[in-house]
Amino acid sequence: MALSTQLHVVTGKGGTGKTTVAAALAMSLAGQGKKVLLCEVEGRQGIAQLFDVPPLPYEERRIAVGLGGGEVFALAIDPEAALLEYLAMYYRLGRAGKALDKFGIIDFATTIAPGVRDVLLTGKVYEAARRKDGNRFTYDAVIMDAPPTGRITRFLNVNAEVAGLAKVGPIRRQADSIMEMMRSAQTWVHLVTVLEEMPVQETIDGIAELTSARLPVGHVILNLVRPPVLTASTRDALAAGSLKTASVAKALAGAGLDEAAAPALIAGGAAHLERQRLQDSQREILDACGRPLVELPLLTDGVDLGALFELAERLEALP
Amino acid sequence: MTGKAQTAPSARKARTSPRGGTRTTSPGDLDIDALLDDPTTEIIVCCGSGGVGKTTTAAAVALRAAEKGRTVCVLTIDPARRLAQSMGLTELDNTPRPVQGAAVDGGSLDAMMLDMKRTFDEVVEQHATPEKAAQILANPFYVALSSSFAGTQEYMAMEKLGQLHATGTWDLIVVDTPPSRSALDFLDAPDRLSSMLDGRFIKLLLAPAKGPARLLSAGFGIVTSALNKVLGAQVLTDMQTFVAAFDTLFGGFRQRAEGTYALLQADGTAFLVVAAPEPAAMREASYFVERLAGENMPLAGLVVNRVHETGADGITAVDAESAAHKLSGGTTAAGATAELLAIHADRMRVAARESRLKKRFTAAHPAVPTVTVAALAGDVHDLEGLRLIGDLLAQKA
Repeated sequence: MALSTQLHVVTGKGGTGKTTVAAALAMSLAGQGKKVLLCEVEGRQGIAQLFDVPPLPYEERRIAVGLGGGEVFALAIDPEAALLEYLAMYYRLGRAGKALDKFGIIDFATTIAPGVRDVLLTGKVYEAARRKDGNRFTYDAVIMDAPPTGRITRFLNVNAEVAGLAKVGPIRRQADSIMEMMRSAQTWVHLVTVLEEMPVQETIDGIAELTSARLPVGHVILNLVRPPVLTASTRDALAAGSLKTASVAKALAGAGLDEAAAPALIAGGAAHLERQRLQDSQREILDACGRPLVELPLLTDGVDLGALFELAERLEALP
Repeated sequence: MTGKAQTAPSARKARTSPRGGTRTTSPGDLDIDALLDDPTTEIIVCCGSGGVGKTTTAAAVALRAAEKGRTVCVLTIDPARRLAQSMGLTELDNTPRPVQGAAVDGGSLDAMMLDMKRTFDEVVEQHATPEKAAQILANPFYVALSSSFAGTQEYMAMEKLGQLHATGTWDLIVVDTPPSRSALDFLDAPDRLSSMLDGRFIKLLLAPAKGPARLLSAGFGIVTSALNKVLGAQVLTDMQTFVAAFDTLFGGFRQRAEGTYALLQADGTAFLVVAAPEPAAMREASYFVERLAGENMPLAGLVVNRVHETGADGITAVDAESAAHKLSGGTTAAGATAELLAIHADRMRVAARESRLKKRFTAAHPAVPTVTVAALAGDVHDLEGLRLIGDLLAQKA
């Protein structure tokens, strides 16, 4: 029997939409009837914005119901609250907790003391992923909207951070148990990217770092993918420059539109083609990295709750 | 170089004209060229949330200034590999190096990539005796603090900025800010580190070395026993050793942090808030603008990158789609035109959404000059690409 429930860690370079993907994954699992906890750890309140609910407190709160009868709970993990909770839970340090706060130690531990903040943030996820009601896990899955790709390995590899400092003691033991869960068969680290050079490079570096830290890499999620609009013949004509302004202008006039728009439309088509080429070459690079890929389309109207359902459907293939 | 850069920020002459000089463009537009042409602009800080093109903006602004004849240094934090290569940043040695092909008309461009641990080490070495420095550098607590403390990178970026400025070698320094958890961390980092270093907790740690009787209150007992319980006794010992060795440096750190903060507030500094037309990035930009105002930091304006424009905005998305419907199934040219119209309709929808976001920002911050930079089809990774971004920023493309 597994020691923890399924844990999906969702990372990605800034601007690639990892919060959206984490939320869509939560909706996808809820759509399959599961009870899911969606956590954020960076204090940005991105989940609340996406689901259009008031800012999340340090408290698990139901924010959505899936079509399949599942539920999505959300939690914004705050390191200070997590530390006080941790002290109270494991050490019954109610009074000392307050004294620590008075001496500025809570602030010190959660901002300056290296690694402690990450132990606290991942520690709360660990607690939620192992929590049970009777003999069942409280949640069927826990999803973490994690720090960006550039920091994810260091973030998850908490024991390496702490090991240099705490060689014994409870913080060290806690870090070791967290690592055990992070490396278990129940955990996947999914990387979100867009098909552009820098994020793709960062994704590949991230996969290598995670792998060498023995952290389990799940799917690579290609977000904001522009669907190919052009047919092969139009693509070839644009590439060869054989699509003439005059013939486009004529077609526009025939449809009752301003024929003067023809050069701009052709330029728009050429730019689209250029982006498609760039996307294709980046996709090839990712294909070669050997991880399963999932594509999510660029939604021109932006992401709202309805769009989350749409994206959720495409994530059903994830474990 | 006039030598003005060496004077303390507080001693600098107060600015009489608005940042960026007299504007010739319509109110509400950010005039990058006026900002760069103004010789009193000594520091430009590019900030914004991750993934909005801060590094590229910083590099493009620096290159444009250099090609206007200024002596420029650009301090980048984490550039894309090919962009770094194009600027000759192949080694991370914490020293500005000339960018080949960027010097014209007496201007020059140097570039460097921040090495935060090395910067921290240098500060320690500069302020402590060699023996003491060696002791600090070897302390496990220092090693962890200097390489992984969440605010170290932000703090060291500002520290390096202060150092570069103090040399007086450059008349303009353009700095890129780290991709922080919150884009504001670098503003807080100097203050947070310095207040932490002479905070109560540090005094508590120092107490055993300085005569414990004074602080041996009931509170102290609870605190040390709690710390020992949670962290283990060895961690506390490491921290005490570190703090004791670091004690003499605290004053210096606080002073430096205050100096950096004053430099950021000075008249010669201009903040460029960089955003992309996405809800999260624009929200962050809004917050940043308010925060800068609250801290009396001089804001030059907002740069909105990767904005989708179309040259045929006379055709609405709806008209384009209905015409595309009519044209499809016709001749080859009609079919191709239908496809182009479909692309156009998508672009118009994206442009409309982005324009709503920009309007929302402008409604909330009517006084903030703004410039938008059109999305390019490809990535930017050479000086030519940076020049194009510079032209777009200056609205001269």
